Amino acid sequence: MTGDARPAGPDPSRRLGSGRLTDRAGSGWRALRGRLPGRRRWRDHLITVGWLVAVWSLLWGEFTVGNLLGGVLVAVVILVFLPLPRVTFGGRLRPLVLAGFVGRFVAELVVASVHVGWVAVRPGQPRNAIVAVRLRVRTDLNLALTAEVLSLVPGTLIVEADRETGTLYVHVLDIRGAEDLARSRERVLALEARLVRTIGSEAELRMLSPTTGNAEPGGPS
Amino acid sequence: MNGDVVLDVLVGIFLVAGGLLSLVAGIGLIRFPDVLSRMHSATKPQVLGVLLILLALAMSLRNGADLGTLVLIGGFQLSTAPLAAQMIGRAAYRTGRVHRESLDVDELADRSGTAHDRGE
Amino acid sequence: MTVAVVVVAVLLSAAAALALTRVVRGPALLDRVVAAEVLISIMIGALGAEAAVNRHATTLPILVVLSTLGFVGSVALVRFASGEEA
Repeated sequence: MTGDARPAGPDPSRRLGSGRLTDRAGSGWRALRGRLPGRRRWRDHLITVGWLVAVWSLLWGEFTVGNLLGGVLVAVVILVFLPLPRVTFGGRLRPLVLAGFVGRFVAELVVASVHVGWVAVRPGQPRNAIVAVRLRVRTDLNLALTAEVLSLVPGTLIVEADRETGTLYVHVLDIRGAEDLARSRERVLALEARLVRTIGSEAELRMLSPTTGNAEPGGPS
Repeated sequence: MNGDVVLDVLVGIFLVAGGLLSLVAGIGLIRFPDVLSRMHSATKPQVLGVLLILLALAMSLRNGADLGTLVLIGGFQLSTAPLAAQMIGRAAYRTGRVHRESLDVDELADRSGTAHDRGE
Repeated sequence: MTVAVVVVAVLLSAAAALALTRVVRGPALLDRVVAAEVLISIMIGALGAEAAVNRHATTLPILVVLSTLGFVGSVALVRFASGEEA
């Protein structure tokens, strides 16, 4: 039942490392999560400013020079006075894959909505479960995006997220037996894989391969 | 002219579908046993329902600037509903508002309360 | 179109009534937060449907405000709730 996810195991490397993970895939993390070169930091800031300006212009309803300048001003003020937690984007966007991802997302949103709707109106109470799923790519961005999409898509909802171990605790509606549990776990991991294939870096893509990713490194098995 | 009629029919269909999904979400709110399962109906059918109505609105207005605003509203819905749901779910679980009888498996319970000092 | 308007109005009113029932019945603050969020979404739906039927964009800013208000309100209340009970 607890195939790939064994949380709270006494893993000394994790405790001592103060958040730095020192497992087999660990070399990747330090690059992704640790100190970044200045150029990278500027790129992160620029992406944030770009988003904020886009939202600002959409709020005003049109893209004019005044709106763009005002948006840049507001974005800079926000970044200076309300510093956000650093989220770095290590991968690259693959537009074609993104289109497929969005299409799949919409289709699954419809399926999930109809499913929840059916569970709501059919007689009897649904059986539920809380499942722990350990993600293979443990960057904050991946954790957050997977959690976000997961809440909307396949009959699942995030109850708790553990940043240190990259584990998501997922509430699954309408469970009918053990194979449903296994299937929902697989769907979470499949969703993560799709997300990484859309925006992940090459290193993150390699983590998806079963040899390095799925097995729990150093844990008692 | 003909295209307009088709669009209008589509607007009607989307509106009705959105209303239907909202109603289903309401039914889920009443019938599900605990906060966690109620949130399922507050996220999926409700978000899709609102998106469908926004889509109908976009097709009815057929105007670039309004379209931008509608995209923004839809984006807010898509990005905030799961976030709020996650915060509510976490709070519900930590305060013990979980309907145990309808829960088959709980792998979070095995984690021996480490959640409390990891939160913020 | 008129049929669609009536049907949508009935559906959304029923949904709002159900959500409101959950707000009143509770039992916990968190149930009310979830229900209130759904209620705000239904309000967005109703305003949007009305604008779609009458082809005007005057209520669009209200929709923007409502779509952020639901989120901010929920987060504030949930923080309050977990600070109080946990």
